[in-house]
Amino acid sequence: MTGSPADGQARAADDQARAADDQARAPHEPVVRLRGAAFSYADRRIFAELDLDVHRGEVLTILGPNGCGKSTLLRCIGGALTLDHGTLRVGGAELSALDPAARARKIGFLFQDHSPSFPFTVLDVAVMGRTPHLGFFGAPAAKDVEIALEALDQVGMLHLQDRPYTDLSGGERQLVLLARTLTQQPEIVLLDEPTSHLDFRNQVLCLRAVGGLAARGVTMLMTTHDPNHAFLFQGRALLMFPGKPPAVGPAADIITGAALSAAYGIPIEVFSVPRRTGAGEFRFCTPW
Amino acid sequence: MRAGRAAYLIAAPLALLYASLFIGRFAVPPLEVGRVLLAHVASLPHTWPDSVDIILMQIRLPRAVMALMIGAGLSASGAAFQGMFRNPLVSPDILGVTAASAFGAAVALLLSSGELELQAISFAFGILGVALTYLLARVYRTTPVLMLVLSGVVVAAFFSALLGAVKYLADPESKLPAITYWLLGSLNGISTRSMAVAVPPILLGAAGLVLLRYRLNVLAMGEEDARALGVRTEIVKGVIIVCTTLITASAVSVCGIVGWVGLVIPHWSRMVVGPDHRALVPAAMSIGATYLLFIDDVARTATAGEIPLGILTAIIGAPCFAYLLRRTRGSWR
Repeated sequence: MTGSPADGQARAADDQARAADDQARAPHEPVVRLRGAAFSYADRRIFAELDLDVHRGEVLTILGPNGCGKSTLLRCIGGALTLDHGTLRVGGAELSALDPAARARKIGFLFQDHSPSFPFTVLDVAVMGRTPHLGFFGAPAAKDVEIALEALDQVGMLHLQDRPYTDLSGGERQLVLLARTLTQQPEIVLLDEPTSHLDFRNQVLCLRAVGGLAARGVTMLMTTHDPNHAFLFQGRALLMFPGKPPAVGPAADIITGAALSAAYGIPIEVFSVPRRTGAGEFRFCTPW
Repeated sequence: MRAGRAAYLIAAPLALLYASLFIGRFAVPPLEVGRVLLAHVASLPHTWPDSVDIILMQIRLPRAVMALMIGAGLSASGAAFQGMFRNPLVSPDILGVTAASAFGAAVALLLSSGELELQAISFAFGILGVALTYLLARVYRTTPVLMLVLSGVVVAAFFSALLGAVKYLADPESKLPAITYWLLGSLNGISTRSMAVAVPPILLGAAGLVLLRYRLNVLAMGEEDARALGVRTEIVKGVIIVCTTLITASAVSVCGIVGWVGLVIPHWSRMVVGPDHRALVPAAMSIGATYLLFIDDVARTATAGEIPLGILTAIIGAPCFAYLLRRTRGSWR
């Protein structure tokens, strides 16, 4: 079953609007543009007067201690929470002007905790990413399944497509949910601590998948507890401090021993060592 | 769903419906049933007494069709709620519809209302009960599922207490037995008129659940995930609640409290077709329809009297559920 003709027309109109958006957009208008953004829980201010531009294909790593508001910032950008002040443009449109389905066609969200319920197959879970492209009573068609299979292939989970996703390890499940997010075909993917429950190998696999997708032009905003992740992408980082405005900039400039020590309240040092093979250097941080 | 399995699921309720027309204390040969049915759409020579026609068309057929409808509707509602609440213990009466409908029916019996008045009052109270639950669960323009469950408990307890009060006030010689027997559930004496009143809400609700069955998959991943996938979760949940309430209130209003069907059949169906609601909702409707019709056939033929339906569904349902639990070890398959 596919959507009704009216849904199809609505979607075609939406695609046209999107194309017009793309043309109207300045060639380098950032995919995410936040101006003067502020958000508070009751009387606790999380951030205020925050400006942020994230460009197409960039990986922005969001760092900071527990409770500083990393996830809150991500949820605001994803539309799950509403800013108190300021404007937020995503993919050339005001976020608040988008209906939920249109928003989900622009922004994919990979959550930190996901408690699985029914033993849906891996493929069924990935196909659910097509939901924002379907009508209210719609169900995915063959072409939607193809898109999902492609996404599973991109994250290296294609061989598990017929397994119940409840049987998978935490790492595999996270990659399947990442595939579901890719099946949405969003311009932006928000990842809330995607590596938090993963072992060392699965962390690397997940981060590689993120890097690979960014190289294909998908914009990634990722929160993490490990500052070293920011160095791996050679992109920009946003470091949040308790009670101070966050710092944004190239990871190598922002993530210094002094800044990390201030953010986390423990002494931390950043080292750089030359690579054994090839040019360049590795950066990493460690507490001492 | 595989084609072979789909054929079985379509054939089973229809085959049992046909069988239900010729089994019973007044035996009618199976072929004669076919002739009687055909005579209503084509001109055939009448070779049977009028009493056969009355028994088949005005007694057995409405009763069997009602059993199919209620079995299908309660099972689809149970499957939808288990998916929406992401909980295997949920049944269609979780939001208080059964308790409220039962109270409405008891009031109608106390007032010596007619059959259709009773049906209308019971149905209206069922809707009222769920509306109260929904309003009670509403916080900041959302209705979190936990709030829904807790509010449902409150409303069900409230209407159960009111039902107790009605029973206490009822005349123990005449009214109290009537209320008690009615609440045990029965499809005895279903007329074509009461069927005509009860069937439209059930069909409407079932159609809604069938149309929304893919959204149920997405909702079963959790509300936050569903919202991130662009689902207007409040609207979808609202429509599902309306559909299940139409079905369950209508079912209770014609046949009293028939427990276990909405709890057991979705589990059973999940074992047959898996957890995907695209297959699960239709499969639960077929299996539930067949199951309740079978139980009703037992209820009317096993003994000289009529065994209350609610007793049989529990006596058969509880061991079935125990077997399923042991077999699946509490997992979702």
